Amino acid sequence: MQFCLCHGGLVFFMTPELFLQYLFAGVTYGLIYAIVAIGFNIIYNTTGIINFAQGEFVMLGGMTAISLHHYLPLPLAIAAAVAITMVIGALIEMVFIRWLHNPSILRMIIITIGLSILIREGALHIWGEGVRALPYFNGNEITSIVVLGVGVSPQVFWVLGVCGLMVAALYLFFKFVPLGLVMRACAANRVAATLCGVSTKNMVTFSFVLSAGIGAMAGCVVSPITYSQYDGGTNLAIKGFTVAILGGLGNSMAAVAAGLLLGIIEAFSISVVPLAFQDAIAIGILLIILFIRPHGLFGNRSAAMLKEF
Amino acid sequence: MGFARYIPIAFLVAGLVLVQQVTQHTGTTFYLTQLTMAAYYALVITGLCLLMGYAGQISLGHAGFFAIGGYIPAALTTYNLEPLREKWLVQTLDAAGLLTAGQDLYGQQVLHVHPWPSCILALLLTAGLAFVIGMPVLKLKGHYLAMATLGFGTIVYRVFLAMPLFGEADGISAVPPFPLLPGVTVSGDFAARTENYYIAFGLLIVGLLFLINLVHSRIGRAFRAIHGSEEAANAMGINTPRLKLQAFVISAVFAALAGVFLTHYNGGIGPSEASVMKSIRYVAIVAVGGMASLWGVFFMGILLNFMSLRGMFGTYDDAVFGVILILIMLFAPNGLLRLHLWQRMRRWRGVDKPKSRTE
Amino acid sequence: MRRTMTSLLTAMLVFCVAAFVAPVGVKAATPKAETVKVGAILAVTGGASFLGGPEARTIQMLADELNATGGINGNKIELIIKDSAGDPEKAISFAKQLIEEEKVFAILGPSTSGETMKIKTICEQAKTILLSCAAAEVIVDPVAKYVFKTPQKDSDAVKKIYGEMKRQGISKIAVMSGNTGFGQAGKGQLTKMAPEFGITIVMEEVYDKTATDLSAVVAKMMSNKDIQAVVNWSIVPAQGILAKNMRQAGWKVPLFQSHGFGNIKYVEVGGAAAEGIIFPAGRLLVADVLPNDHPQKTVLLKYKNDYEAKFKEPASTFGGHGYDAFKILCRAIGQVGPDREKVRDAIENMKGFVGTGGVFNFTPADHNGLDIDAFAMLTVKDGKFVLYNH
Repeated sequence: MQFCLCHGGLVFFMTPELFLQYLFAGVTYGLIYAIVAIGFNIIYNTTGIINFAQGEFVMLGGMTAISLHHYLPLPLAIAAAVAITMVIGALIEMVFIRWLHNPSILRMIIITIGLSILIREGALHIWGEGVRALPYFNGNEITSIVVLGVGVSPQVFWVLGVCGLMVAALYLFFKFVPLGLVMRACAANRVAATLCGVSTKNMVTFSFVLSAGIGAMAGCVVSPITYSQYDGGTNLAIKGFTVAILGGLGNSMAAVAAGLLLGIIEAFSISVVPLAFQDAIAIGILLIILFIRPHGLFGNRSAAMLKEF
Repeated sequence: MGFARYIPIAFLVAGLVLVQQVTQHTGTTFYLTQLTMAAYYALVITGLCLLMGYAGQISLGHAGFFAIGGYIPAALTTYNLEPLREKWLVQTLDAAGLLTAGQDLYGQQVLHVHPWPSCILALLLTAGLAFVIGMPVLKLKGHYLAMATLGFGTIVYRVFLAMPLFGEADGISAVPPFPLLPGVTVSGDFAARTENYYIAFGLLIVGLLFLINLVHSRIGRAFRAIHGSEEAANAMGINTPRLKLQAFVISAVFAALAGVFLTHYNGGIGPSEASVMKSIRYVAIVAVGGMASLWGVFFMGILLNFMSLRGMFGTYDDAVFGVILILIMLFAPNGLLRLHLWQRMRRWRGVDKPKSRTE
Repeated sequence: MRRTMTSLLTAMLVFCVAAFVAPVGVKAATPKAETVKVGAILAVTGGASFLGGPEARTIQMLADELNATGGINGNKIELIIKDSAGDPEKAISFAKQLIEEEKVFAILGPSTSGETMKIKTICEQAKTILLSCAAAEVIVDPVAKYVFKTPQKDSDAVKKIYGEMKRQGISKIAVMSGNTGFGQAGKGQLTKMAPEFGITIVMEEVYDKTATDLSAVVAKMMSNKDIQAVVNWSIVPAQGILAKNMRQAGWKVPLFQSHGFGNIKYVEVGGAAAEGIIFPAGRLLVADVLPNDHPQKTVLLKYKNDYEAKFKEPASTFGGHGYDAFKILCRAIGQVGPDREKVRDAIENMKGFVGTGGVFNFTPADHNGLDIDAFAMLTVKDGKFVLYNH
């Protein structure tokens, strides 16, 4: 009966306008996921571990910026929030991870899950359970820009722009900046990098700082759209992890593509099944893709085979 | 070797009787309520220990199996078939003696599926599902395996949360007691508490015996070989895919069994039982108990669940959990009960992988 | 072998210490004199903390206040708040614990209907009064002797909304709801009562608490030109996202919300998109602008001011449900003394109790005690809740 109600009024064909609306919605979801997935990838590349607390960086960034916005203008508040989250990222690495010798993947998964729980509960006791949001960067909650006859919030373009900029900057950073090159060296071969006089430990710390910063930045940009709440990080982390895996771990460009794919699947799935099943459908499709290509859509087969517990 | 490995079981049984007697004589039998619940959770966790600790495969979706075990009987034993009495399927079931008729609290005539067939159905369904999804999932490794099991758990959670048949967010209430044998009933009644304490731990000990035998058999040694190195195990002629699948199905059935019993004991189930947070808890307790240590996992499973269910951590329940998780993983990655200094020093220098240690 | 035995014994020892010694030690310290033990099971953390948080703070504040002023006729209240995190299995465990171990006089909460339904039978069997803060009508229908609830009836809120729709000539609607117990119960009532008001539900969707963007589902609804209004029945913060997405997409149909919108924070984060939302709610949110002779005015203002002064956050109707539960219990104890059966009878026959949710008149057939007058139609104007005047 539930299904009948959902489909009762839906004429089953799609106007170009509706198609575009779904597409924009999908792009919005997808970018949010992609930006979290990139954070996963940066740490994965230098350390080979997945930092399950990545979603918490997003939440911390948003929450801190909102608190600071009471005292500072918006750009400053965001900058400060990103800086603070970066410091937290560095502290986390130094206190919990730096001194472990050759930790197994399983051990690292559990430690970062523990950290994510701890940060979330800490945020609950600091900020309370209430919901907050940063103001829209341009206009307000009802402003929309009409693109091809479809209303889109300007914040979507902010997310698009910031995400694009970050991906480009990361690409250049890892390609041309010496520090980025060194980090890539660590990813490729830790022992060799050490022999060349690179402090791999510092590089790991730096990767945490970088991905905390990216996460926090993402948290600020998406806050007006998604709101910020103490437990907002968990769900983003699950989706971001899914996207990172789907793209093939360690590949940030692929993460953007995979993120958009997931977002668009989610958006269009609504036209066929009830919204309540959206997650189930989206993740189901991802699992099937994963079964067919066990190393992700764009991942490297031999690299995936090497990683095990 | 031989019977020596069963001596701890004898001590355990004696300890359990002692606890029950002490509570009886000090008028504190109410402790048994949470102990019973903790025992069921420990059943999930010891099952997961086989998969994680011995076969070396992580699962972030075991709450899904628990929830399937809980939800199927809950739905079947509360869904009123009375209006459908005329349908041939209902009549066939009724003729086969699989249904029970009665009156509910408010005097309405009801017809439900009997708990026994629904329990068996739940277990078969779980085993089948674990088999079907286990085949592709267990081909994955490391983070990809973590992702796939997490995805499975999320799907199960979403489905239970979205379907009116399973009560959506409210879950299912008023699940009837489970008449296990004549005179032995799984129910949350205050009067049946001691009986249920023994049922829960009886089930747990049977499960534990099964696992102890399994890990000490040829299959158990093969599991440990897989954990050590899958390629090497393969080269030795061990059929790794089949063994991993076996461990996966066994641990899923353990989880489902716990789900069936706890749901009848609690008289209901809600979607939180299927949540990812629950799966993470199970994994965490296995890790805290020492991965490949059935006894360690068993005791940690009882202890931590007991404390959590009594609300000892207040509003810091999850936070305390996070702290325990981090501390154990940082300082005692092979479990709290194996924190022997000289061993630690040795392992500190050597390989990090937990070596399963048996007598 | 020996290692296993050692671990076994160590574990047993740890276990015994943790389980038995610790609680006994704590218990010895608590005073035993003339106190009435009241338990509360609330979702202070976890997914429903936006309900349980304000409820727990309110109840704690009231209990402290009461004890500081000498209690109820000299009987102090000893409050035990248990955080269920919204998990039914914890609520079950805590309910049994409170009843048998703490031998509480009554239980306040739980915050969600799923939890309440799980412990309804337990309280009924143990003859312990349960004053639920959850909204679903199944809690008191069919009536259980010892179970009461303080939030207003969903069916009354639906009547209020449908009545207003009828006035505006709306007959085809879309229903959105959150996937919580609150949303589920509301959705059920909306579906059930639609024919009575000549309303057709054209589309129905359920969204998750963690939804980050609902523009796709808005697009789906918008493509159906029949829809004249949207009713959103939800209690989670994500409901504000729906309002934003509707306005951003340039969809102008009226948006009706449930009484779950009764938290000014939702308006703050909704900003301009929240303007013009119509919803039924208790009068707590508009206490300032009520006429001076309104029976609830003093109660509402006092609670609102006390809460806001103490916790530095705006009062919400959710905390109000906790207020009502606590005060109803106290009033009954004040009337007949701390005798459980008598207090139960006193609550069942309580008339004219002025709470934050409305004026309660309980009867043996109605364990909620509120009628449709408990609701006022409100709207949002310039970022504030105001009475809705057609």
